[in-house]
Amino acid sequence: MISFESVTKTYPGPRRSAADVVAVHDTSFNVDTGTITVLAGSSGCGKTTLLRMVNRMVAPTSGRVQINGDDIAHMNPVQLRRKIGYVMQHAGLLPHKTVAENIAVVPRLNGATRAEAKRSVDRMLEMVELSADMADRYPAELSGGQAQRVGVARALADEPRILLMDEPFGAVDPLVRTGLQQQLIDIQHELGTTMLFVTHDMSEALRLGHEIILLAKQGRIMQQDSPTRLVEQPANAFVENFLGLNAAEKALRTRTTADGRTMVVDAHGRPAGFLEQA
Amino acid sequence: MNVIQETINWLVSPQTWSADGHDMIARSLEHLQYSAIAVAFAAVLAIPAGWFMGHTRRFSGVIVGITGAARALPTLGLVTLFGLLLGIGLVPPMIALVILAIPSILASTYSGISAIDTSVLDAARAQGFTTRQLIARVHLPLGLAMIVGGLRSAFIQVMSTAILAAYVGAGGLGRFIFLGINTQHTAMLLGASVWIMVLVIVVDVLFGTIQRFATPAGVRRLNATTSAQSSAG
Repeated sequence: MISFESVTKTYPGPRRSAADVVAVHDTSFNVDTGTITVLAGSSGCGKTTLLRMVNRMVAPTSGRVQINGDDIAHMNPVQLRRKIGYVMQHAGLLPHKTVAENIAVVPRLNGATRAEAKRSVDRMLEMVELSADMADRYPAELSGGQAQRVGVARALADEPRILLMDEPFGAVDPLVRTGLQQQLIDIQHELGTTMLFVTHDMSEALRLGHEIILLAKQGRIMQQDSPTRLVEQPANAFVENFLGLNAAEKALRTRTTADGRTMVVDAHGRPAGFLEQA
Repeated sequence: MNVIQETINWLVSPQTWSADGHDMIARSLEHLQYSAIAVAFAAVLAIPAGWFMGHTRRFSGVIVGITGAARALPTLGLVTLFGLLLGIGLVPPMIALVILAIPSILASTYSGISAIDTSVLDAARAQGFTTRQLIARVHLPLGLAMIVGGLRSAFIQVMSTAILAAYVGAGGLGRFIFLGINTQHTAMLLGASVWIMVLVIVVDVLFGTIQRFATPAGVRRLNATTSAQSSAG
């Protein structure tokens, strides 16, 4: 379990005279082992700051983060990071290293031999469904979706118990994104990794999260719940707004098509899909 | 006989090159040696400083200031100044040459390091690279081509200016320039100038080759795709 206890992060103001900027104020929550927890909220709500506290890329100004009861402030940050996978929006692959070398980075840092690292690479390429001949390509030769798959493979290569993901699929096109999301669900199911996932996209949050934490400014938790409960029982107007449930243009209507099926259309009459009995 | 013919004659004369004549081979090596020493000293000072500024992405104003000010510095003035302060010999021109070489190395190191994609650095740190590993495995391979580029232009600048070493009696190819001026020996003056130019071009080509090899394969492809895209679009 990852627990955040009253964490606060302030940054010095842009000018010396300016007031400190509060990114996160007194936020506490737990992330259960072996689940996907999604931190959702608009830009500037402090979700990335919270995520980066877990691998000590950001140090809380006050409060503490514990992993299985151990305060991470007492751990060596380099050793800690090598045990936690991290995927970011721009894959951040080393441009001068091949796909295989990029995936092998963490196993090699943790002392794996070449042969062991090679086995990890092969296994990971298969897991993220990239063909083996991609191994010798350079990041510049990959599409956005492929680069992101390599980013996921790199983060998982040494089988970390915790995976942090910061809007990993934000820059890929919707079709590819859906595929990557499904793949992530499968991987999580297979490995049982504890995942903390940051997104501003509510549909992504609902699709991936076992638990969703909806944040307002300064990391204020508006609701922490399962996707079903979040939709069925939004705690307040903020949550309703963020889900877009009460917006008139979000309302969906049904229409019967010529071939007798029930089509769902949005407020402007554009097709959103077909209705099927669950 | 015209000046060009005389210059060519001077350049091909055995007397110009032999050890008991003008010994241009020894002077050339001396010239290259001075230049290399000056650039090496400048590199020792400028590469760590440029790395620090590029890594912290601060003090970019300092870079602009130093490179601007250095352009306005009269090198002959510097040589004379240090000559008056420190006397005849190799040290005064050497100091002047080091000062001349610093700005381009500093600026190129700074740009080489600061041009590295922040997401790449961030990801590398988050995977668990130590600072030393970050420098050796990310900064150095990705910044090297730019740093070599800075050394290249510094070396060429220094080579053209190293003739001033002879101004305070320290040798090098400048000897023939000053001797040529003082004795109105135009062929010698021109011949030595042409020879310096040839050396500069050779050194430039050499550095250009090193620079190409210093660019990692993945980055060459990156550059190829970006330029292909920009020319297509």
